[in-house]
Amino acid sequence: MNKIFETPLYGYERSPDQDSPTPVRHKVIVIGAGPVGLAAAIDLAQQGVDVVVLDENDKVSFGSRAICFSQRTLEIADRLGCGRRLVDKGVLWDRGKVFFDDRQVYDFNLQPDEGYANPAFINLQQYHFENYFVERVRELQAEGAPIEIRGRNKVEAIGTHEDHVRLEVETPEGPYTIEADWLIACDGATSPARRMLGIDFEGRIFEDNFLIADVIMDADFPSERWFWFDPPFNRGQSALLHKQPDNVWRIDLQLGWDIDKEREKRPENVIPRLKAMLGDDVEFQLEWVSIYTFQCRRMESFRKGRVLFAGDSAHQVSPFGARGANSGLQDTDNLCWKLKLVLDGKAPETLLDSYNAERVYGADENILNSSRSTDFITPKSEMSRILRDAVLDLSEHYDFARPLVNSGRLSQPCTYDGSSLNSADALNGPAGTRPGSACPDAPLGDEFLLPKLAGKFTLLTIDADAPDTLEEDGIEVTRLALSVKDDMTLALKRRYLGDATSAVYLIRPDQHVAARRDSYEENTFRHAIRRACGKE
Amino acid sequence: MSDLILTPNIKNADDFYAELLAAHEGLEKADSDALNARLVLVLANHIGDSTVLTDALRAAALTDS
Repeated sequence: MNKIFETPLYGYERSPDQDSPTPVRHKVIVIGAGPVGLAAAIDLAQQGVDVVVLDENDKVSFGSRAICFSQRTLEIADRLGCGRRLVDKGVLWDRGKVFFDDRQVYDFNLQPDEGYANPAFINLQQYHFENYFVERVRELQAEGAPIEIRGRNKVEAIGTHEDHVRLEVETPEGPYTIEADWLIACDGATSPARRMLGIDFEGRIFEDNFLIADVIMDADFPSERWFWFDPPFNRGQSALLHKQPDNVWRIDLQLGWDIDKEREKRPENVIPRLKAMLGDDVEFQLEWVSIYTFQCRRMESFRKGRVLFAGDSAHQVSPFGARGANSGLQDTDNLCWKLKLVLDGKAPETLLDSYNAERVYGADENILNSSRSTDFITPKSEMSRILRDAVLDLSEHYDFARPLVNSGRLSQPCTYDGSSLNSADALNGPAGTRPGSACPDAPLGDEFLLPKLAGKFTLLTIDADAPDTLEEDGIEVTRLALSVKDDMTLALKRRYLGDATSAVYLIRPDQHVAARRDSYEENTFRHAIRRACGKE
Repeated sequence: MSDLILTPNIKNADDFYAELLAAHEGLEKADSDALNARLVLVLANHIGDSTVLTDALRAAALTDS
């Protein structure tokens, strides 16, 4: 049987666009059918926006690549109709072990807080993730949604104009030209779109190489995250072992910057390293080996006129902390509702500048966390190594040192503090739901809160009055009325009220808080709606 | 929250200093460096207060006055 990543999933088919005498104009074109591009396309298609995805390939990603998907990503995937599939297939984990030199220094349990529909993290090969998203595209097509994936359609040139973009696309049957009102470039770290537009990719804060191997074995290692600092089998570097579905284990071995990549990738060099790590008696099969090179950097601006960059094309971080694909999904989550409002003429084009501002803020947060992890994992000076080793030695004996151990700070949803779309906080409520925050989930009887907040502006009232619907300059807002009387687990109270006794939240279509107050006041909330749409 | 203390605060200062030297006695340079690093971290955690820690880092750098 062929592996999933060896089977064409969206093989080339001739499009009527290729026979059109004049270039066909679409609403949105997405370049790249990776997790981020597929999420963007599904999000737009669900809102009825005509979208075409162009990918130079016709298969899901080769090898596991991104493997660790966060709760926020699963919540976004729920909104896109694929969350359940990911969780059902993924490996759940909440325990981890930290090793230093030849010994275990401590273990930990993430002890997930109760009252969320989705787990804190799952491990899942990127090819499974993409496969489920492609399935979702097929479902939408069957329902008549205006979405297409065109395999083996390679964008060769991008022409940018005042109100559209024009693409020259190469196919197995020759080139054709198409146009779009808007282009979303999700074409990865090496983004040809970025290069074609001649845009620089700023900052090179850190560079390193990792040998990444997917290994199939029937080992009885538990589904835990094991991280090694300076182990005997990879001196001076780090190593990570993580379980994926189908008895596939993911091994990341840090190699340093100045290495011979081709040499390191050869099985005769890889296998002895893995044997030293796993033990001589463990039988394993190599499924995939790759050398992954990363840099911490981002584009200065994620928007250039009618072209929007999302995911790795816009920003790159180290693999520590699962901040790559997870931040890419937060990009499209942030972008697509704004693009829909702009396409419908319900918000000014400048609303898209808030996509840039908010997601640059998110990227900088990820780069900061990622750089700090890297500084801990790979000390840059003798003294930083001495301090790092002191932390690890102390962590074996004392709890206090464990929060200082930094093998990657796992991705958390970004809070857009200071965003121009936020209204001033007018509730003495919990910090976790201040304006800019992604709404935390909470149980509502047998259901959960987040699915009720998806894809539209919502006025969430907790023991407060407000109109059931509200319209402000073309923006429709519907009320979701809740009460702590029904809040059996007190999660709603804990996450949304704190010390307050009532609250009214204005929540954006991407489930981020735009404004909050203890009671409804029409004028305030009308302003908040306008502000959240970039009109003030 | 209290301010960083930069006036004499250790009773029997000579005893403490002797104890500090004794802890390092007979250690190789690398082991002494490691001990100092662990000591800094233990003391920093005890203090906890980030303002005091920031002030202490600044005081130790001898760049202020």
